[in-house]
Amino acid sequence: MATMRTLVQPVDHAAELGRAGANVTGGGSALLHLAGRHPLGLLGLVIVVVFVLVAAFAPLLATYDPLATNAAASLAQPGGQHMLGADFMGRDLWSRIIYGARISLAVGIASTVLGCVIGAAVGLVSGYWGGWVDLVVQRVNDVLQALPLLVLALVMAASLGPSLANTIIAISIPVVPHVARVVRASTLSVREMPFVEAARAEGMGELQIALRHVLPNTLAPVIVLSTAQLGSAILTEASLSFLGLGIPEPYPSWGRMLSESAAEYVRTAPWLVIFPGLAISLVIFGTNLLGDAVRDILDPRERS
Amino acid sequence: MPAYIARRFMLMLLTLFGMSVLIFVLLRLMPGNVADILFDASGFIDPAERARIEEELGLDQPVVTQYVQWIGALLCGDLGFSYVSERPAIEEILPRIPVTAQLAAWSLLFSVVLGVPLGVISAVRQNTGLDYALRLVSLSGLSLPSFWLGLLILMAFVQWFGFIPIYSETPATLWDGFLMFALPAAAVGFRSSALIMRLTRSSMLEVLRQDFIRTARAKGATEQAVNYRHALRNAVLPVVTIIGIEAAFLIGGLIVTETVFNIPGLARFLVEAILWRDYPIVQNLVMLIAVVVVVVNFLVDMLYAVLDPRIRYSD
Repeated sequence: MATMRTLVQPVDHAAELGRAGANVTGGGSALLHLAGRHPLGLLGLVIVVVFVLVAAFAPLLATYDPLATNAAASLAQPGGQHMLGADFMGRDLWSRIIYGARISLAVGIASTVLGCVIGAAVGLVSGYWGGWVDLVVQRVNDVLQALPLLVLALVMAASLGPSLANTIIAISIPVVPHVARVVRASTLSVREMPFVEAARAEGMGELQIALRHVLPNTLAPVIVLSTAQLGSAILTEASLSFLGLGIPEPYPSWGRMLSESAAEYVRTAPWLVIFPGLAISLVIFGTNLLGDAVRDILDPRERS
Repeated sequence: MPAYIARRFMLMLLTLFGMSVLIFVLLRLMPGNVADILFDASGFIDPAERARIEEELGLDQPVVTQYVQWIGALLCGDLGFSYVSERPAIEEILPRIPVTAQLAAWSLLFSVVLGVPLGVISAVRQNTGLDYALRLVSLSGLSLPSFWLGLLILMAFVQWFGFIPIYSETPATLWDGFLMFALPAAAVGFRSSALIMRLTRSSMLEVLRQDFIRTARAKGATEQAVNYRHALRNAVLPVVTIIGIEAAFLIGGLIVTETVFNIPGLARFLVEAILWRDYPIVQNLVMLIAVVVVVVNFLVDMLYAVLDPRIRYSD
């Protein structure tokens, strides 16, 4: 035999406690703990925070007005006046990408939050009260889940019409059945717990029990799901805009920048293809890393 | 088991019925119909002409009547006429199916061939540098939008060969088909392979923790035998179930990739039909997609029970 394997490993209790975060006392040590235990998660957090800061301070970072056209700068190469070059209409690519972060994050976060709130409400009602409401909700969930995310979002976006708010709604709807399912499942088990019975014995109303005792105990999986959904929501916005059914002009959206620059500029102006795509990929990469770490921390079953 | 299959089948029909209502209602919510789009293109609106077009297309009927007409015809195999080309919808849809099916098949093959072995390696070498590198690759695979990856592939191709590959009619041999679909299939499949790799890895890790693996090691089985004979066989089962998720995942990738590579398949056609408000095409295509996803999921559930004798569906 090439290697001898120990079948039972001795347990180092101090190390185990440290890994589990027993000595975490405040924000600073929590970050240190995260860095040690989930270095990739910390990287993800850093990437997401950087993008949030870029979005927040876009006017300070942008070198030009993202909407200002300039015929003289049409398809200007990177370097010189325009750091990352300019598009056909002479708009500065760097400034458009900086402002694009606002759209991308706003749509991603807003649609995820909206989808989670609706999904949690629907899941709580269907799990806690059951009956025919539950039956109807489950069948509607089946229908919504029978379509690929992008197809559902496409049809939704087209039927609502192009606007920022409608794009957010279109992307949030496919999130609803997933969250509803998860919340319903945990509600079913939480509502049988003794503390729920105790609250009822104390004379608490059903609605209050559902909101004060059941809902908070179903939120951990929702947080896991929502961080995982954030990247997918950002990707869906980019895809919708790329296909011409997402964010309308004049907002600078990374996805639409790519569709404007698609096939023809692959030869002539590769910077118009490379940089917006890099921004989309990097922010999704960050949210994916963060999502994985959040899942590892909050969902012990998935720990490896 | 037969009772379970019957119940699943009824639920499947119910889901498809719900889908048909949802799609129908959503399309009627859309601002503007094909008449508006046609008038937009010509630049003026003649109310009489507009009313005539709407009457001809049945758009002046009550929504419920329109729905019943659509479903009635659909059940008889009549998909109606495309508003835009004025040809029967079935003639527009059928020739595009093999194109998309081939692209989907190549993409799926690409994702399995890349995803399963890398997932196994990553699990067997858990927490080594190689594992971290492979996990980063799979995470970046999940982070790259397929349309951007497609554009990058096109760009590299143009850089090296000086031209953009163009889709041609049905290829003569399998090899020709591979050459034609290799680039778009890589763009779609890379993302899916990342998903398969993650699931293979976690499924493999789950199995490697179980008692029979320890028993195999204790009786002196080699690392190779433990990993491949004992672990992998049990770990691929859950991977089979993700073919269902894959189907939905792939369709999303196909839509953008067919657009990037200018492939005249179903997925790009759907986007065009939506932009043109071509209701007969959109509602039938979306129904087709829903049927594919629902049936694939149903078959995967059944396949799972066949492959794993421990699973017996009851009730």
